[in-house]
Amino acid sequence: MIKVENLVKKFGPKTAVDGISFEVGKGEVLGFLGPNGAGKSTTMRMVTGFFEPTSGSVDINGVSMLDEPLLAKEKIGYLPENAPLYSDMTVAGFLGFCADLRGVGGRSRKKAIDEALETCFLEPVRNQSVDTLSKGYRHRTCLAQSILHDPEVLILDEPTDGLDPNQKAEVRNLIRRMGKTRTIIFSTHILEEVEAACTRAVVIDQGKIVADGTPAQLKAKATDAGAIEVSIDGPSAAGIRAELEKLSGAKSVLGDAKEGSNSYNGSVLPKAKTSSKKLASEIFELCTAQKFTLSELHENPGRLDDVFRSMTQTSE
Amino acid sequence: MSIAIRNIKAVFKRELTAYFTSPIAYVIIVIFLLMAMGFAFWIGNLWDFGDASLTWTFFFYLPFFFVVLAPAVGMRLWSDEHRDGTIELMLTMPIEPWHAILGKFLASAVVWAVALLFTWPIVWTIQYLGDPDMGPVLSGYLGAFLYASSCVAITMAISAFTRSQVTCLIISVALCLALTLIGYPQIVDQLMKMFPAGVVDTIADFSLMSHFLDMTKGVLVFRDLLYFLSVIVVSLVITSIAIRAKRA
Repeated sequence: MIKVENLVKKFGPKTAVDGISFEVGKGEVLGFLGPNGAGKSTTMRMVTGFFEPTSGSVDINGVSMLDEPLLAKEKIGYLPENAPLYSDMTVAGFLGFCADLRGVGGRSRKKAIDEALETCFLEPVRNQSVDTLSKGYRHRTCLAQSILHDPEVLILDEPTDGLDPNQKAEVRNLIRRMGKTRTIIFSTHILEEVEAACTRAVVIDQGKIVADGTPAQLKAKATDAGAIEVSIDGPSAAGIRAELEKLSGAKSVLGDAKEGSNSYNGSVLPKAKTSSKKLASEIFELCTAQKFTLSELHENPGRLDDVFRSMTQTSE
Repeated sequence: MSIAIRNIKAVFKRELTAYFTSPIAYVIIVIFLLMAMGFAFWIGNLWDFGDASLTWTFFFYLPFFFVVLAPAVGMRLWSDEHRDGTIELMLTMPIEPWHAILGKFLASAVVWAVALLFTWPIVWTIQYLGDPDMGPVLSGYLGAFLYASSCVAITMAISAFTRSQVTCLIISVALCLALTLIGYPQIVDQLMKMFPAGVVDTIADFSLMSHFLDMTKGVLVFRDLLYFLSVIVVSLVITSIAIRAKRA
């Protein structure tokens, strides 16, 4: 379990992290979202003990990173941003070095290295020099060192950065699988990754947490969450739009009617007391009564990028 | 303590392998050997001088090679870690910075030990030509090893402050050269003309050269060993401070 309380990090006059607190338990995968420069990497660097916080505390399974850094670091596997590697080593050699520093010795050493190589699909490049690897392989090599010692806590800074879609999917699956028995934090810009792999997400902006919840909870915060999106054909787009606005459950209709078109695409926001389902059936009944052709009718569950933008743009 | 030894060994092994799987160590050792032997035989006139102790024909020139080549060995030690970002990897593992510092230092010291070992034929030469007193020769070699190690330690301290190997090299060479020259006989003589003897003696006491020359004369004074060890320890401590400061 990771417990972070009131973390602050100042670099001279600049405050990069301004009082961040959160807890992540075993079996949870926490996603860190936020614009570039929000403080995600800085926060991770404090959690992993690379940076000393200006103030605040970090506890890893009850061990304070400040008081007992070596003990705390033993429990963590970390994939830093840009996946740094020693370019003068082979993949297996590099993992061997990391195994040594992690105290993974004796008989379990070879097994741990072999397993890490296999899990990260690195067998083909096992004896290749790191400086000849492609970006995808470099990333996976760095990921391999983070899981080598079977850590209870995994902290991954943009783990799918620069990977192709297949590799991204592999890494996400790995995170999801490992997350069942471990505590994982990973940062990303890719919102679909949050839905794919996280049990919870936190949005960070300008050094502060601006949102915290499950992906579903965050999505519900979107301004058009719960709106009914429609695509309707009828005599005139403007006419259709006008009819939608008149519906008893409709608060407002978003989307302009194209002039001269007989097809309307837009979304209808329900009134506070009207459920999305009721509004959808009202729209359906309207189309039936007016003999409009209804080609699309679905509820917008809220989009993470809308939430992201609304939470982070207001502070610009 | 065992974690410390485990980590120091791991870093030592890695750095030593890195030195000997790239051209760097070989190039430096070969150039050092060419210069050391070349100077001894042609400039030092080993044949004619008959200096069985090797003090003025061989050992005397070594500091000037160390001043230039030792920084070349040490400049990559932390600069590479900063530039490649691997410092973030290393310092988030269960390792204290001083484990890594000691491991790296020991690896560079071994490179110099190897380089000096390869100059041993010169000792066989004087043993063949004459009957040298081995005391000064052995203490001279020890002094040379400590001299090179001190220059490497100083370089490592500088490399902890900068990402640029070139900057590190230039500053380290300048520093090592200064510490050499303030004890260099001709310069000490000049300084004697300008400053009181006490002041010059104190300045020379900080010099790598003066302590080294004492050791090559077979004067194995505890003071000289302590001096070199102090330079090394102080440099390693400064390295530790620099690494910590960059993350605070």
